[in-house]
This record gives sequence, structure tokens and C-alpha cells, in this order.
Amino acid sequence: MTTIHSDPLEAVAGIADGATVLVGGFGMAGMPVTLIDALIASGASDLTVVSNNAGNGDTGLAALLAAGRVRKVVCSFPRQADSYVFDGLYRSGDLELEVVPQGNLAERMRAAGAGIGAFFCPTGVGTPLAEGKETREIDGRTYVLEYPIKGDVALIGAEAGDAMGNLVYRKTARNFGPVMATAATTTIAEVRRVVAVGDLDPEAVVTPGIFVDRILDLSAAPADEADAESPTSQEVSA
Amino acid sequence: MSALAVPTTTTEHTDRGPLDKHELAAVIARDIPAGAYVNLGIGQPTLVADHLPPGSGVVLHTENGMLNMGPAATGDEIDPDLTNAGKVPVTELPGAAYFHHADSFAMMRGGHLDVCVLGAYQVAASGDLANWHTGAPDAIPAVGGAMDLAIGAKDVLVMMTLFAKDGSSKLVPACTYPLTGVGCVSRVYTDFGVFAVGSSAEGDPGVVSVLETYGASVDELSARMDVELRAL
Repeated sequence: MTTIHSDPLEAVAGIADGATVLVGGFGMAGMPVTLIDALIASGASDLTVVSNNAGNGDTGLAALLAAGRVRKVVCSFPRQADSYVFDGLYRSGDLELEVVPQGNLAERMRAAGAGIGAFFCPTGVGTPLAEGKETREIDGRTYVLEYPIKGDVALIGAEAGDAMGNLVYRKTARNFGPVMATAATTTIAEVRRVVAVGDLDPEAVVTPGIFVDRILDLSAAPADEADAESPTSQEVSA
Repeated sequence: MSALAVPTTTTEHTDRGPLDKHELAAVIARDIPAGAYVNLGIGQPTLVADHLPPGSGVVLHTENGMLNMGPAATGDEIDPDLTNAGKVPVTELPGAAYFHHADSFAMMRGGHLDVCVLGAYQVAASGDLANWHTGAPDAIPAVGGAMDLAIGAKDVLVMMTLFAKDGSSKLVPACTYPLTGVGCVSRVYTDFGVFAVGSSAEGDPGVVSVLETYGASVDELSARMDVELRAL
């Protein structure tokens, strides 16, 4: 069952302190900025955030880090030209970091979403990122045992969605969205527009609605408080 | 299996200086097989795209989820939803395809990507690659897709200067920086020459084959390097 929301705070309601939150986006492409701002406003803290990067500039993930709500970041590439918020918190010891190769990050979440208990992966063999991990030789090649990364919540960005929860994405903003959508107990997507059921070509749906619990309709979000109407949510079976 | 053409003799270009980065990118582009699926790493390797001949049929992959990526976007072409792995706005070519991250990295690990071109801090004669972390205690580690690319592409080409700022060779008997991948590099393209390493060297383990030199002879390079060089 997917619910559609126009109020960002309502869309992120119930995210608990200490939750593991999968956050979509590659840099700012696909970053669910409105949901992250709502997560900050919700007050949830002590979070573990799983995302490719650790924030750019002062918005989105960087704002969540700056607000002091994150205990640990699991990502592939924290250090960037504009990752100064993360850099400062990491250097002062206020943030735990687990670096994961980018493909392992994706595949570990894919495994979580697909019910795979663990998998043997060739990436990182013989490197510091595989130290202490179980290895096995299969057909003459060495693999490292990798475990799934499961989220309590996934926050992702998509181009359009419908009341069935079906999502389509736009260009490289797709990135981690479809994988994260499968890997969390509760998946929340912000979409630029909600379309009528039947308007999305079933052949072109990228994330089927079974993986999506809540949709925040950005086109319906109030422009400012004065214009805000009481939040509405529309429940449908999915 | 490597699809790179292997010269039968070493060519020493001693009538000229070392290659600049654009000339080096052109040498790499020359060696990429027609029709290959290629990933170009962040930074200097992206220059290789400028030198691929028209009609080469090379399809560029970017690990954030696109095949048949076009050149960098300018002016009105700039679209925040369309970037390369370096987060630089790019364009799409006819026949482009978008996909999610798990599919994108399956293309590497699954052996579907023919070539990747990566920068490096060090490469060992055995083909070991170090390009993600200097190991400095105050450095923030960041690996991105480097480890996945290193073990995934059929041919891993390294593009780097041969010598570090202190004059030491970056092509070494054994890497001292933390490894990105073991025995994964096929070829090392540098300003002073092109080298076959690892299993692609087809010689004694630990000996590097010199395919070409620029601005120096094999003997002159040998005098500046700890790794054993072999002319073809």
C-alpha cells in the first residue's frame, strides 16, 4: 500500500532515533533534498546514513550532518571539493565513517532487497577494505564475503510516481534509487509530479510500487506556510 | 582476455620530449579497440574521449548509470540530472541508456566492460594498483568505484606521470601505498613511455615490458627506475 503526501513532515513521520537511513543521490543528482529537510525538522537523531557521498555544500545530506543528527556514515566517496561539513565532523571525531566500494554499496543493498543472506564478491580482494573478511577461492579466483545493508528507511528522489507507488526516474538521477527502494523497511520517494494511475507506461516503470510505501508529491507541496492547506494523504492498495 | 594489440618491437621516440597530457590521451585513444565499452576515470583519463576517432564505435560507460555518454555539457545543455562520475554535467548520445547502480557495477564485475582508464599513485610490476588512498594518517579515505573498476574491466589501463614530484618512479617493484586491486593492471601509459605489466607483460614475473618510450631511451629510463625493464 502506497500513500501520497503533500506535506514533507507527514511523509517522513515515524523515523526513529538510531534508524539506518538509505539516502539516494549521486552528488546532488537524485538527492531527496525536501525529504532530508523534513527529516531534519522531524528531530530524528543518532542516525546511520548510507549514501554514495557524504554531502555537498550546505544542503541535503550536508545539512543533516551539520544539524548533528548523524552518528555514522556508510559511503563510497565522502571526500569531495565541497564536502567541508563532513570533513570537519570527521576530523573532530564526531562522525564514524565506513568506506565501502561503490559497487559493493549497491550490491549489498540489492542483496538486502532480494533476500540474499550474503555473497562472494571479487571487489577489494587483497586491499585494506577486505581485511578481516572471509574469503573463498571459486574457479581459481578469490572472492570476499559481503553482507547485505538493510535500511529501516530509504529516502529517494524520482521524476514521477503514481498512486500505485510506481516510479520512473530521469537520466543519471536514477543512480541508487531503484536499489535503495528495495532495501528498506519503509521507502519514501519524493517525486516532481504525481500522475494518474494508468498514465505511466507499465513497460517503462523502473521501480514497481510494491517497493514504495510513501510518495511525497513535490508539485503539491505548499509553496509557503501561508498557502499551506491541511495535509492530505490518499491511501491506495498496491 | 585482453583485446589490446601487442607490438612486436619496442619503439624509442628519443627525437622528441616526453608526452604532454593531451598527447598521452591521444596515445591511449589510439590503442582502445574499435567498438569497445570503455569507462574513463575521473580527472585526466576523461581527456581520452577527445581523441577517439569518429566512427570508432567506442561506447563510454559512466558508473553513475549511463552508456553512450556524450561530451561535457555547455550552456543550455547543462542538466543537473545528467552528470558523469565526476559530477560534471555531460550530454547523451543517440542510443544512450540509463540504469541503476547495481546494474552499472554488474557491467564491470560481470566482465562486460572492455577497458577502463584510471589514474594511479603507484603501479607494481605485477600489475598491482594503488590509486585510492595515500595512507597518510590525516587523509580521509574515499574509494568510489575504483576497486570495482580495477577488478572488473577486461583491460585496466593506467594513465599517469612516470615520475613523482620527488623524481621517484611511480612504476615500482611493489606498491607501498594501500592497494586498490591485485594484479589487475594491463598497461601503464605515462609521459615517458608505455609499459605492459602483470600477466600482460608475458615475461618473467616482476619484469616490465617496454612498448614505447618518449623523450628517453629504455636504458635511460632503467637508470631512473628500481623496476626491471625489458625491451621487446
